[in-house]
Amino acid sequence: MELVEKADNAQAELLMHFEEKINRGDAIEPKDRMPDGYRKHLIRQMSQHAHSEVIGMQPEGNWITRAPSLRAKQILLAKIQDEGGHGLYLYSAAETLGISRDEMIDLLHSGKAKYSSIFNYPTLTWADIGAIGWLVDGAAIVNQVSLQRTSYGPYSRAMVRICKEESFHQRQGYEIMAKMMKGTKDQQEMAQDAMNRWWWPSLMMFGPHDSESPRSSDAVKWKIKRHTNDELRQKFIDKTVQQAEVIGLTIPDNDLNWNETTGHYDHGPINWDEFHRVINGNGPCNKQRMDHHKKVHQDGAWVRAAAEAYRQKKEKQSLN
Amino acid sequence: MATDTQFPLWEVFIQSKSGANYIHAGSVHAADSNMALQNARDTYTRRGEGTSIWVVPTAAIVASNPDDNDMFFDPANDKVYRHPTFYVMPEGAKAI
Ligand SMILES: [Fe+2]
Ligand SMILES: [Fe+2]
Repeated sequence: MELVEKADNAQAELLMHFEEKINRGDAIEPKDRMPDGYRKHLIRQMSQHAHSEVIGMQPEGNWITRAPSLRAKQILLAKIQDEGGHGLYLYSAAETLGISRDEMIDLLHSGKAKYSSIFNYPTLTWADIGAIGWLVDGAAIVNQVSLQRTSYGPYSRAMVRICKEESFHQRQGYEIMAKMMKGTKDQQEMAQDAMNRWWWPSLMMFGPHDSESPRSSDAVKWKIKRHTNDELRQKFIDKTVQQAEVIGLTIPDNDLNWNETTGHYDHGPINWDEFHRVINGNGPCNKQRMDHHKKVHQDGAWVRAAAEAYRQKKEKQSLN
Repeated sequence: MATDTQFPLWEVFIQSKSGANYIHAGSVHAADSNMALQNARDTYTRRGEGTSIWVVPTAAIVASNPDDNDMFFDPANDKVYRHPTFYVMPEGAKAI
C-alpha cells in the first residue's frame, strides 16, 4: 500500500515539474523525463504525420509520367522527393521517443496507425496536382507553421525544416491552377472540378471541430498543439478565399460569407460522415494506398538484405 | 531471412558554409558509413544547405543526463571572473 502511494507521489511530482517546464516555455528534449501520456500522444501524432508525408507521395506520383511538360515533370519530381524527405525527418524525430522505424511501419501496415485521410482520394486529372499543391499543401502549411512552436524539440525542429520547403509546394500548385484558369474553357472547367473535389477534404484535414475532439485538451495543455483545429481551419479558409478569387475559381460552398463582426469567413457545414467513412478505411483509395506501400516495402527487402550482407562482409574484413 | 531491419541509426551534422560550426540536423538509417553519408546528403541537403557533412553512429554518442544538470554544470556557476564584465577598467582607457 505504502509503496503504491510513494510511486503515485513520485508520478505526481514528475508531472508537476514537467508542466512547470512546459509553462515556462522550455522545449522538451529526448532525454528529459516526460509523462507517459505526453510520449504516447507525440508518438501517435508524429508517426501519423510521417506516414501522411510518405503516403502522400502516391497520389502525386500517379502523374509523374504524364506531366504536361519537362518543366512540370521536374518540379513534380522535386516536390514528391521533398515529401519523402519530410517523412524521414519526422520518422527520425519520432524515433527519439523510443519507438523504432520498423515498429512504426508495422503499425501502419497493420492499420493501427493512421495517415491523413486526404490521400485516400484519387488524382483524376492534371488539375488535381495543382489543387493538391495549392490546397492540400496549403492546409498542411497552416498546421505545420503552428507546430514549429510545439513543445517537443525534435518535432519542432523538423517542422522548421519542413516549413522552409513547403512554400515552393504551395506556389507550384497555385501556378498550375492559375495557368489552367487562363487556358481553354475545358482547362478552366478541369481546374474548377478539381477545386470542387478537393476543397472539402482539405477543410477536413484539420480534424474534427474543437467541441468534438476528445484528445486535444492534453495536447493543448502540454503545448504539443499551439492552435485548435477550428482556429487553424479558419486561418486556412481566410487566406485561401482571396487566392481563389484572383484566378477566378469558385469555392464550392454556398454558405461562404465574409462576416464583418468576426473578421472571418463563415462556412457551410462539413460532411463529417464522409470524413469518418474515409478515415475508417472506406475512402476511394484506402486499399490501393496501403497495398502499394506494403508491396514496395516487400519488394525492397532484397535491397536491405544485400546492404546488410555487405556491411557484415566489410565488418569481417576489417577484423582480419 | 532472419530480420528485416532498417539498419543502424546515424546522427547527421551539417556545416552550412566553410568556417561555420557543424550543427545537428537529424538522423538517417544506413548499413555503413558510405550509405549514411549519401542518405544524409539526400535527406538533409537538397537545397545547398551544406558544404560538409559528418555522420556518427548514434550508439557512439555519449550525452549528459538532464536530471543531473544542477550538479553537472555547477562548477561554472560561481566563477564570474571568467567574464570580461567582471573587471574594472581605468576611466578613459580605450579599445579594451
Ligand atoms: Fe510535406
Ligand atoms: Fe508539401
